[in-house]
Amino acid sequence: MIVLIVLGLALVGWIVARARAMRLQASAGRLGTNSRPSQHGWYVALWTALPALIFLAVWANVMPGLVTNAVLGTPEAQSLPSDAFARSSILGEAQGIANGSGQTAFNPASQALVQPYRDATTRYSAIGAILAAILAFAGGAYAFSRVSPAFKARSRVERLVMFSLLLASLIAVLTTAGIVISLLFESMRFFALVNPIDFLFGLKWSPQSAALGYGNKDAFGAVPLFWGTVFIGAIIAMVVAIPLGLMSAIYLTQYARPATRKWMKPILEVLAGVPTVVYGYFAALTVAPALRNFAVSAGISGASSESALAAGLVMGVMIIPFVSSMADDSIAAVPQSMRDGSLAMGATTSETIRKVLIPAALPGVVGGVLLAVSRAIGETMIVVMAAGLAANLTLNPFASVTTVTTQMVQLLTGDQEFDSAKTLAAFALGLVLFVVTLLLNIVALRVVKKYREAYE
Amino acid sequence: MSAAALPLDAIPAEPSRAPTDWKGDVMRKRIARRYAAERRFRLLGLGAVALSAGFLAFLLISMMSSGLRGFTRTEIALPIDFAQSPILIDPAALKAGNPELVLANANLPAVIDDAAKKAFGVNGTEMLSPGAVIAVRKAIIADPSILSGKATIRVPASEGVDVAAKGNGAPANEASIATLQKTNALSTAFNWQFLTASDGTDPTQVGIWGALKGSLLTMGVTLLLSFPIGVFAALYLEEYAPRNRWTDLIEVSINNLAAVPSIIFGLLGLAIFLNMWNLPRSAALVGGMTLALMTMPVIVIAGRNAIKAVPPSIRDAALGIGASPIQVVFHHVLPLALPGILTGTIIGMARALGETAPLLMIGMRAFIASPPGGVTDPATVLPVQIFLWSDEVGRGFIEKTSAAIIVLLLFLLTMNGLAIYLRNKFEKRW
Amino acid sequence: MSDTQTVTNKMSARGVNVFYGEKQAINNVSIDVDLENVTAFIGPSGCGKSTFLRTLNRMNDTVASARVEGQITLDGEDIYASGMDVVQLRARVGMVFQKPNPFPKSIYENVAYGPRIHGLANGKAEMDVIVERSLRQAGLWEEVKDRLQESGTALSGGQQQRLCIGRAIAVDPEVILMDEPCSALDPIATAKIEELIHDLRGRYAIVIVTHNMQQAARVSQRTAFFHLGTLVEYGATSDIFTNPKQERTKDYITGRYG
Repeated sequence: MIVLIVLGLALVGWIVARARAMRLQASAGRLGTNSRPSQHGWYVALWTALPALIFLAVWANVMPGLVTNAVLGTPEAQSLPSDAFARSSILGEAQGIANGSGQTAFNPASQALVQPYRDATTRYSAIGAILAAILAFAGGAYAFSRVSPAFKARSRVERLVMFSLLLASLIAVLTTAGIVISLLFESMRFFALVNPIDFLFGLKWSPQSAALGYGNKDAFGAVPLFWGTVFIGAIIAMVVAIPLGLMSAIYLTQYARPATRKWMKPILEVLAGVPTVVYGYFAALTVAPALRNFAVSAGISGASSESALAAGLVMGVMIIPFVSSMADDSIAAVPQSMRDGSLAMGATTSETIRKVLIPAALPGVVGGVLLAVSRAIGETMIVVMAAGLAANLTLNPFASVTTVTTQMVQLLTGDQEFDSAKTLAAFALGLVLFVVTLLLNIVALRVVKKYREAYE
Repeated sequence: MSAAALPLDAIPAEPSRAPTDWKGDVMRKRIARRYAAERRFRLLGLGAVALSAGFLAFLLISMMSSGLRGFTRTEIALPIDFAQSPILIDPAALKAGNPELVLANANLPAVIDDAAKKAFGVNGTEMLSPGAVIAVRKAIIADPSILSGKATIRVPASEGVDVAAKGNGAPANEASIATLQKTNALSTAFNWQFLTASDGTDPTQVGIWGALKGSLLTMGVTLLLSFPIGVFAALYLEEYAPRNRWTDLIEVSINNLAAVPSIIFGLLGLAIFLNMWNLPRSAALVGGMTLALMTMPVIVIAGRNAIKAVPPSIRDAALGIGASPIQVVFHHVLPLALPGILTGTIIGMARALGETAPLLMIGMRAFIASPPGGVTDPATVLPVQIFLWSDEVGRGFIEKTSAAIIVLLLFLLTMNGLAIYLRNKFEKRW
Repeated sequence: MSDTQTVTNKMSARGVNVFYGEKQAINNVSIDVDLENVTAFIGPSGCGKSTFLRTLNRMNDTVASARVEGQITLDGEDIYASGMDVVQLRARVGMVFQKPNPFPKSIYENVAYGPRIHGLANGKAEMDVIVERSLRQAGLWEEVKDRLQESGTALSGGQQQRLCIGRAIAVDPEVILMDEPCSALDPIATAKIEELIHDLRGRYAIVIVTHNMQQAARVSQRTAFFHLGTLVEYGATSDIFTNPKQERTKDYITGRYG
């Protein structure tokens, strides 16, 4: 509400300032003013809106504390229990009822505090609104007083626009920093409870037993998770995706007629656009049971209804378009003269591809595969739905294995206290995943870049 | 100069070599082998393409075949003799007060229970969905006069009967089907409830509206945050950024963010948005913010490419007539780059719409039985709903899951189609 | 050129038309190429000389929209006949390109590539012989004999082009087509290539496309002048440059256009 009022004031400021600037311009002549009337308008509008809005944003954060203090000062609050936990739960309940998100109080003490809460909230909201309005007026008036032919409103406004552009691009840095800091911070807390060596090299993963109080020593050995991740994402998925993706790219770039290529490429790209949860459902519902039946009838032991193979195969299919487009780019980057040279020697197309184009494009393809691996090991839903939860250290593709991402989901869903070793373990796993994917990406981009430069 | 005077001996001495016999048998066989290899290789490529496309077709067909059933429901014509039923409701009372309230207080389930047993035997009640009450209530409100006599009302069948009627049931349910078919009570209708209801415990009563609304709210938050930030960042980096370390840092950050696994963004949302800022758990607001951080790099990268494609001559022309750098960008460069930016935005949004893992991390997997009213209410989204339903044991949920997948894929297909259309329509070469 | 009548025609073209889609690039060209003389194709850029050269070993096949009419024969055999195998044809009619295009393999492997795919060598020893002979003929042996395992792309431009010539020689072709082989090279490297063409003459029928008339005069015995897709004049190089019969040839030679 108050936000709308402030914006309204800004609009008024814009109109008034523009009008004044127009009059000034009329009297001073076109070249007498530095900036256009509408730029003066913007200058005033921004001065009106921005300080007030910033104040409101700050106020919204400060107000709950002020309200709570006010409530605690009322006579009704004197009867509150001194225990911090009980106290905050009553306060929370009363607050919920007061602002309409809760309906009935379970604790009669809360009910008594509802009215003081409402009063305090109304009071402080009103104070905030009045202050914001004053600020808006003050800002607007200040800016308006500066409207004059010589005033460089345009460059002032533009400086602000520039600043907001810079701010927007800094969000990316803040996000990266946020990821790194939150992962590091929570992981540190985890490593205070569990020895990093045990975590990185331990062979036994059973966080449930830790939660039951058997200690953390043997509960958080993440090697089975790492193996499961590598087995599914870097081995099985790649065995599917590399040949299919590479051969698809070769066929579409070297053999297919342009019309076919025009149709087939988007169709393959659809594979990349299918949400992972759909792949996961498909893997769990269709692929995994089929594989299990096959394994049972073939007499393979350890077959499970959730298997590394099911998750890996489906993930491989998901990665096909990724590998294919990377290979496509790499092959396209090999100069045509290379191909001509080989064909002119009397090589067939396939000989040219196998002996000249692929060797020449190999660094690019390898880089693409590394990127694909990095994507596969970070993939979550397929493995959550189809790979299983059993932390097996096995080579049997029909057995169930678990992965880093699966366990992260597993550890963080359900009601847990945020401070338990179980919850924090998810952040430690996240840190490992982040570092590994980052390294893979850096290496891959280096390789691809070097390769591109070789042909430029 | 004549051929005879050719200085052949200028070439260093070397063993002479018999000319290759291209027509010989050996060479002919060799050529045949090479062509066979060529054909094999070509077939291998075709096979790879066909296999990939075939897998896509298989995926879509299997989703379609089980999912389309989720859009229909089996209905049972239930004859109810209200006049003879244990509970009498006065039609006049309906007109007087709030009919919903009156009927809610009347013991309709008992009436239905009674009627079902009379019509279909002792198992009659189990053949009906719990939603039958709602269907009967609606029928009464539509025409209160039926209360004084007999009426046949179409009510949804139970999960077991529904699945069996669609040809996939357990033997026990096949028997029910036989009973029902004797009286010609079965029929199939479009399941509007699937599009209007939210999550529930009984598969005959669930719908996707709650999840869909959650998705729309989340996408709204994502778009509002990521689009301006993404476009501004792209403009800054492409048009104004000085070449220095800070700019490098920004660029590296954006490129890395684009490659960070989505689940990591979920951890970020959990640690910062939920635990540090105490924003509401399971809410579309937090989901949207988390996805916005994920989508923003996509928009920045697409935006930079689009801005790069605007030829410098246009900037020079605008600068040349005295426009300030900001005016050049906002009056000339941005409008020209907009189609490209929009295409990238749609693609990024489509990816965010299909995203599941980060939302699980911030608790958007709650059981949401009523659609969220705003961005701070607990909500779920379509992909998470699919994930939740896929975990349900009831057979009726299989088709609902696939049906929800069809809805999700339709949305994604539309978005991607729009992106491709935009790209083709506005693709300009300068 | 008293003996022109006695030489045997290696390749003959009769009434050749080339189309790229709807556009006609070559119009009714007839020409003979023989073993004893180096033939040069000259003409302004875009005149179709390179296009025509590429029809001689069917490199135009790689362009989907290209269509060739008329007859081209190699030793009397129609190279566009259905029985002609394009892989064998290209082994018999080798080609050297405008820009040196060694494969990103070792020098040795670059030369061995052709013999290997065509199965011309039995065993490593024979291959070594072929590689050495080809590199010797290409005048590169002395420069690279100690670093045969180094990448072909690490050589200088002129060396790369001679490597490409050696690579073409290695399959023992009958005809070598050169498409402006010196246009990317410096004068010293160009002189070496021209010397090499002199040396190879008589073993292989050589056709060279060049935009440099001095080069045509230096290396060739017969010259064909192309203009706008047609063959304007074909004859002994000395005649073309000193006594052109056609007005258009004269204009080009004297630098009126091009």
